[in-house]
Amino acid sequence: MTLFAQAFAWIFSPDRLTGSTSLPSLVGQHLFFTLVSVVIAAVIAVPAGYLIGHTGRGREIAVGISGAARALPSFGLILLLVILIGVTRKSEAAYIAFVLLAIPSILAGAYAGIEAVDRRVVDAARAVGMTEWQILMRVEIPLGLPLLIGGLRAATLQVVATVTLAAYIGLGGLGLPIIAGLALRRFDQMLGAAIVIVVLALLLDGAFALLERLVVPRGVTAGRTKDVRTASSRRRAVMGTPIEEGNG
Amino acid sequence: MNWLINNWPLVLQLGVQHIRLSITPIVLGFVIAIPLGWLAYRFTLTRGLLLTIAGLLYTIPSLAMFVILPPLLGISFLSEINLTIALTIYAVAIMSRSVADALTSVDPAIRQSATAVGFGSWRRFWSVEFPLAGPVILAGLRVAAVSTISLVTVGILIGVDSLGYLFTNGSQRRIVLEILAGVLGVMIIALIVDFLLVRLGRVLMPWVPRQSRSFGRNQRQLAMEASS
Amino acid sequence: MFTARNKGRLALGAVVVGVALALSGCAASNPLDSGSGSSATPTETITIGSQAYYSNEIIAEIYAQALENGGQTVVRKFNIGQRDAYLPALEQDRSKAGAVDLFPEYTGNLLQFYDKTTTATSSADVFAALKTALPKGLTVLDQSPAADQDSYNVTAAFAKTNNLTSIADLAKATVPLKLGGAAELADRPYGPKGLASKYNVTVSFTATGDTTVDDLLAGTVNIANVYSADPRIQTDKLVTLADPDGLFLASNVVPLVRADLANQVAKIINAVSAKLTPEGLVALNVQSTVDQKSPADIAKGWLTAQGLLK
Repeated sequence: MTLFAQAFAWIFSPDRLTGSTSLPSLVGQHLFFTLVSVVIAAVIAVPAGYLIGHTGRGREIAVGISGAARALPSFGLILLLVILIGVTRKSEAAYIAFVLLAIPSILAGAYAGIEAVDRRVVDAARAVGMTEWQILMRVEIPLGLPLLIGGLRAATLQVVATVTLAAYIGLGGLGLPIIAGLALRRFDQMLGAAIVIVVLALLLDGAFALLERLVVPRGVTAGRTKDVRTASSRRRAVMGTPIEEGNG
Repeated sequence: MNWLINNWPLVLQLGVQHIRLSITPIVLGFVIAIPLGWLAYRFTLTRGLLLTIAGLLYTIPSLAMFVILPPLLGISFLSEINLTIALTIYAVAIMSRSVADALTSVDPAIRQSATAVGFGSWRRFWSVEFPLAGPVILAGLRVAAVSTISLVTVGILIGVDSLGYLFTNGSQRRIVLEILAGVLGVMIIALIVDFLLVRLGRVLMPWVPRQSRSFGRNQRQLAMEASS
Repeated sequence: MFTARNKGRLALGAVVVGVALALSGCAASNPLDSGSGSSATPTETITIGSQAYYSNEIIAEIYAQALENGGQTVVRKFNIGQRDAYLPALEQDRSKAGAVDLFPEYTGNLLQFYDKTTTATSSADVFAALKTALPKGLTVLDQSPAADQDSYNVTAAFAKTNNLTSIADLAKATVPLKLGGAAELADRPYGPKGLASKYNVTVSFTATGDTTVDDLLAGTVNIANVYSADPRIQTDKLVTLADPDGLFLASNVVPLVRADLANQVAKIINAVSAKLTPEGLVALNVQSTVDQKSPADIAKGWLTAQGLLK
């Protein structure tokens, strides 16, 4: 266990605060890459997801994209894009990889959120006279926010993990001490950086979990019951649930 | 094209190695996730705890996991066992949540009928609840399988050869086709495994209808549910 | 679940899982291994390892094929990666899993690994110091004339504009100096710290990794740490800066082997080492990066051309 002691010593040593690879600047880089990539991915995926969820068309394509993107090895994608796009635009290549990997989760969160809305509620809204746009903005999106946030959460963590690997091409971020430490045999450095990464990931995850709870509309929380026997569950495993990519 | 012509036996060998490295975490993950998922489903106390821990474990980036496990478990850092344990942890994290959700979604009425007919709880689990939970568990298994196959590539950084070797080697030698071959190889393996799992699901759970859910069907189903 | 109809399906499922597990057990060998099945010789099976570096893998493959041609049984364990991993594998008991017997190494880097404070820099000095610095169970055979060491390079244009022939000239440069190289160069004794202390040269450092030469050519860095056997030094007309104060240690290719197996492989491997010239090594690397041949083909070609295959 002394290895952990060394790792903590590395984290808290004053060297970590100086130089171009100081720990705060690495954390900042890591967060910056993650934030920008997730925002760009959200700008692309959220409207698309809402469209798919509201109109019901294109779902198979979206499911297919999600599945294929999960199979895509992020490490290989980064190396491939860097070599294709060229070294002068290394960060652009990395951003493209991050965005590509973030889109599927956000897309799934967006359309799942819309689809999870009880159709009777949508029908009621239509009956009351809301236009399609109003239904989307006032009914489906607010009710679908928790699942969307869930998708954003998954995407963010995926990008955090990929930014860690992107240190292999010298992009910076918290993966850099690990990659450098690999060759230098400095396990305290590697373990220290790994611990900081884990803490960062957990903090982000916790923040999103909190956000998921907070965005549930007040009216919905009021009607929720915890008793599984009386709560109506749309996903009942009765004899007719088809096999398909349900919980992707 | 030169590279592929000269090196395709290597790609095949690495592909086989890749599959071999993926199998253990997937199978082991599945086997471990079932009791864990059952615990989460059965006791509400453990449910929150287990699922939170599973969620947290999954958030740990793979490279960080490879670094943290060796000092914790006393294994060597640059070893295959390190990779296998890390991937198994991820697979368990994904699937235990799936198993718990799947078991929860079994209609309580069916469970009660099974007890009424005289099934003991062990038999009820294996004969009624588990099969009914099957489709959702299978969905989780597919996600875990694809995710594992993709993550095996990161093992090259800790010295474990798989299709990930083509990434670093291709990057060093600046051969685009090599990296591309690696990426495509991983995706092909993942898609084939996914396809095989779906077929396996159809074989083992023949009572489940095969049609994919379309929006119209959704509405009809809901109408039926609403009127019942 | 155990109705008559389902039993068959259940059995099928069990068989599939069983086959999967069995396959995983059976295919349990590294594909970059190839245990050759030569006839029963009284000598031991030699396990050869290599770094996760394509050039090193070629040399290891050359050793492997040369030994096999000499009638020995060889197991390949390539791409082990860091010295962290393979040096223990060389030092540990042979019966343990993962043990390695023979490894192509580089004199200078290996010496620095075992003796961080060494002052030897010339080829001969480094070799002599290495022999004494090695732990008891390991030894080195003859070193090869071929070297593959770190070196600082600039583009031909940059050298001309700033009048650069040696690292010392960098101190007089008027432009900000940006150094590129592998991520760990930042902490190496011959990295920015060494440049500052030995030559009074201040540089900023960017981790460029595999794209170092491309970055140098593109101008994102103006000095790059490139391995001397990299063919791109010649093809891209890079200028290697001279190192009069010995920042870098000479790093010749040398076989690192277990002391008790040294005699078994010495004759064949020394013959190989003698024939491996600096230009020859660069040519091998060209075949790998430009012609994109596999290490096995490159090794075979070289051994045949050198007349080392019977």
